[in-house]
Amino acid sequence: MALSALFLLIFLLQHFAINITSVFRADTFNELSHFMGTNPIVQYVFQPILIFGVIFHFTMGFILEVRNKQSRDIRYVKYNGNANASWFSRNMIWSGLAILAFLGLHFVDFWVPEINTKFIEGNWEGTMAGIEGLRYHTELVHKFENPVRVAAYCIAFVFLAMHLLHGFTSSFQSLGANNKYTRGALRKFAVAYSILIPAGFIIIALYHHFNIH
Amino acid sequence: MKLTLKVWRQKSASDKGRMESYTLDNVSGHMSFLEMMDVLNEQLISERKEPVAFDHDCREGICGMCSMHINGEPHGPDRGVTTCQLHMRKFNDGDTIYIEPFRAKGFPVIKDLVVDRSAFDRIQHAGGFISVNTSGNTQDANAIPVPKHDADKAFDAATCIGCGACVAACKNASAMLFVSAKVSQFALLPQGKVEAKRRVLNMVEQMDKEGFGNCTNTGACEVECPKGISLENIARMNREYLKASLSSE
Amino acid sequence: MSTLDAKIPEGPIKDKWTHHKNKINVVNPANKRLIDVIVVGTGLAGGSASASLAELGYNVKAFCFQDSPRRAHSIAAQGGINAAKNYQNDGDSVYRLFYDTVKGGDYRAREANVYRLAEVSENIINQCVAQGVPFAREYGGLLDNRSFGGVLVSRTFYAKGQTGQQLLLGAYSAMNRQIGKGKIKMYNRHEMLELVVVDGKARGIIARNLVTGEIERHSAHAVVIASGGYGNVFFLSTNAMRSNVTAAWRIHKKGAYFANPCYTQIHPTCIPRSGDYQSKLTLMSESLRNDGRIWVPKNIEDVKAIRAGQLKPTEIAEENRDYYLVRRYPAFGNLVPRDVASRAAKERCDAGYGVNETGEAVYLDFSSAIKRYGKEKATVMGENNPSDARVSELGEGVVEAKYGNLFQMYEKITDDNPYKTPMKIYPAVHYTMGGIWVDYNLMTTIPGCYATGEANFSDHGANRLGASALMQGLADGYFVLPYTIGDFLSNDIRTGPISSESAEFDEAEKSVKDRIQALMNIKGNKSVDHFHKRLGKVMWDNVGMTRNEQGLKEAIAEIRQIREEFHSSVSIPGEANELNPELEKALRVADFLELGELFACDALHRSESCGGHFREESAEEDGPQKGEAKRDDENFAYVAAWEWTGDPGKANLHKEELTFNDIELKQRSYK
Repeated sequence: MALSALFLLIFLLQHFAINITSVFRADTFNELSHFMGTNPIVQYVFQPILIFGVIFHFTMGFILEVRNKQSRDIRYVKYNGNANASWFSRNMIWSGLAILAFLGLHFVDFWVPEINTKFIEGNWEGTMAGIEGLRYHTELVHKFENPVRVAAYCIAFVFLAMHLLHGFTSSFQSLGANNKYTRGALRKFAVAYSILIPAGFIIIALYHHFNIH
Repeated sequence: MKLTLKVWRQKSASDKGRMESYTLDNVSGHMSFLEMMDVLNEQLISERKEPVAFDHDCREGICGMCSMHINGEPHGPDRGVTTCQLHMRKFNDGDTIYIEPFRAKGFPVIKDLVVDRSAFDRIQHAGGFISVNTSGNTQDANAIPVPKHDADKAFDAATCIGCGACVAACKNASAMLFVSAKVSQFALLPQGKVEAKRRVLNMVEQMDKEGFGNCTNTGACEVECPKGISLENIARMNREYLKASLSSE
Repeated sequence: MSTLDAKIPEGPIKDKWTHHKNKINVVNPANKRLIDVIVVGTGLAGGSASASLAELGYNVKAFCFQDSPRRAHSIAAQGGINAAKNYQNDGDSVYRLFYDTVKGGDYRAREANVYRLAEVSENIINQCVAQGVPFAREYGGLLDNRSFGGVLVSRTFYAKGQTGQQLLLGAYSAMNRQIGKGKIKMYNRHEMLELVVVDGKARGIIARNLVTGEIERHSAHAVVIASGGYGNVFFLSTNAMRSNVTAAWRIHKKGAYFANPCYTQIHPTCIPRSGDYQSKLTLMSESLRNDGRIWVPKNIEDVKAIRAGQLKPTEIAEENRDYYLVRRYPAFGNLVPRDVASRAAKERCDAGYGVNETGEAVYLDFSSAIKRYGKEKATVMGENNPSDARVSELGEGVVEAKYGNLFQMYEKITDDNPYKTPMKIYPAVHYTMGGIWVDYNLMTTIPGCYATGEANFSDHGANRLGASALMQGLADGYFVLPYTIGDFLSNDIRTGPISSESAEFDEAEKSVKDRIQALMNIKGNKSVDHFHKRLGKVMWDNVGMTRNEQGLKEAIAEIRQIREEFHSSVSIPGEANELNPELEKALRVADFLELGELFACDALHRSESCGGHFREESAEEDGPQKGEAKRDDENFAYVAAWEWTGDPGKANLHKEELTFNDIELKQRSYK
């Protein structure tokens, strides 16, 4: 879990770095998106690894949850979990499921059309009828028109923040690192990351949403 | 003060069990929780009812025998104490107190609040020792200097009393804190390094066999541990385990 | 009355053990596999014996009533363990440890045993370190020592305030290794209820499975009793709630003599009783006396004001405090041996100077230690002219590093902060020096039945020195019994497995079942604790810290009375064939009620004062020692070993004369 988590954290950072450019310069965003969408190493090496990483992470998460539930076959009548652990840490399965649901939406929105365009229709140009230059930025902006989708997007990232707030630091512990760095600077970094990156994604969504209207 | 007690009653391992309610008057704040239970039992005996069975022995917080889950927490709401050292001044007049046995698949209930923690013993049989025979001629105790820092850390890990509160508190009923305390104690000392790999692999294997859950680092165990055993020990065990797994033949 | 032969080897004291080991019979490794040994109790003595015997190759069956051997009451020992290592270069030696122990025991211990104890003490530390016991260390990485309980050298090894725990976990880990190998068969939650004697030899036990209530037969070629002491005869003691005399008492009733039952140690630094519901007393390590000063107010008005809550102890000026130990014993002050400190506290409280509601408490004050340490620390840190608050802060830090866990425990129990206000302490029953009589080989008067650790009587005389109990338990289990038991077992190499289907086992099992049935059938109206508390009160009032003839006679009559009532009106709910804590208690209290009487009879017959046994009729009448205990070596330099005759009040006395060739008998003086 910890290794796949750290891998996904790196992916998330990269994803954010590209997305944030959409706020500043459409051209940069288009160029980067086109590069990512057409580079064979990205498409044929990194993309499968990423898909494997995602599937591994949530499958293992489910298995872990089921097993852990079985470890206490009779539940407590009264269980005061808040007294000794954070809500985030005890409910990784729920924040995880929320993120998974969002991933479904995200795939329908972006990834499935993209795969369709490239692999079914065979269009690797990154252009689209009626759009000048590369199509990515226009598509992105278009997706953030619907306020319901934007709301779902924002809620999902709040869950992601919760998931990361426990998950990021937890991964150090699982990998055997618990020292003055993981309790100090590294922990601060993890907390900052867990809040700032999801917040950044939310800002991007809101920016595009309100820019249109 | 006057209290309402909701106590888990279960005649035997095969009985289904249920919560029962009792009221108790004249409880003094200076009583320990177990003394309060004694008073309850005296009352039950005088009413010709069967007293509540619970584990206890030293009543000074060191034997690790007492094991109640009180108001949703192992050893109750106070920190750094076992149930026998929990005092009634932590409660208020009119309180309702839920008293349950430690719950885990690895800790089956024997009767009422008494659970079977022999899984912990079996984990220790798998490797919780240094393989040295009794001998009149082991080398002199001062022949192996141990840095004070390491010795102190080993001691801190060794203060685990094996009560099982870590398992009881963990939402996954994981025994990692308990196992890691022993692994850490020996991993930190030069005497223990010789068999470190074998020890961690065997103990973890036995822990998994006993049906305890996995660690998801919620940290509940550390908070509830009456002896303040640190999560650092779990990280150390993870490290030892990774090292041993990667380098074992 | 007869004279007992302890089978002490000939020769100079320093060679006795070596020569003995060279001469006694040993069992060859191949034959050890054919021999079973039962060990009852898994504390330091039983745990270390089980592990060592299994390592040698014997098949060990170990029994404990707890759910795991790790929970035996040795775990609660706090202070430390003595060993004549002389790491501190302060002139310690085997002889000095031997001398201190015999003197501390008020010359009522067996010289040869004590010398052996001192001799093997060094090995214990080596062994424990090899097992990974995390003793306290200095910055150089070597072991640290402290001085403890009224001795003049630093020979005590320790692991903060949890030395007993760490040593027991060491023995437990050694046991675990053998359990894993199948050499020890562990019986948790089992209580021994009878010894089985076949052809005059101990060949097994009857035990009750505490979970199922089943009565089980277990056979072996020898039986080792390591079941600890019987301080719970006082109901309130520092012993664990379930510590009991049953195993020892059952072998006594089968022929093992019980020696010096009246030798009880009352520990001076325990947390006082707070009410009638009190179930046990908590010990605060004796090491606290190294830095704490014991006092009560000088003026009775101050005492009254304190009890009424109108005055705080910190408000009493230095000149109005009575540091009575320093006043009475200037040479040793707060560090006088336990028995002396306990009696002095009782004397002040009896005189009306007790400082809590019950009138049974004295102060243990750390304020001057905090100041002293604070100033030292400030100097080390280069702070000149620190404020009082800063000194306190630094000093409290130092004190916390030394006694943090004890202070925390005290605060949890009493709700008082001992850094800011003096602790209240009072003596409590802590250890019983008396126990089953054993010879030099640790064998009781029943062949094949051994007693080790606190369960036997041999090494502490009439008073035990601090940090010596752990030493004795481990010495017996690691380094004495594993050798000496071979002397007996070497005759059994051709015996073959002991059958548990003999008439003797039938009879023993039946007697246990009858005993249980009889108790269950009483169906009276009073709880077991009711009787236990009454017994405890009689013991504490009349057979406690100070005793006199009249009080003892009254106690004997009263104990008989309580015993009769117990057997006619005790109430035990539940069934015999299930987990039944009340039945467990009833079986134990039934034995305490018999032991209590023998205890009082022994105290009555010993009309001298010695060690923890103080007879009011035997005190110095004048001179500088006026009022102090007066020993009578002419008439009482013997071990009183009692033989069961069917009535605890009519036991037969056997004497083992104590001869001291290597130590000159002196009246103890701590003035």
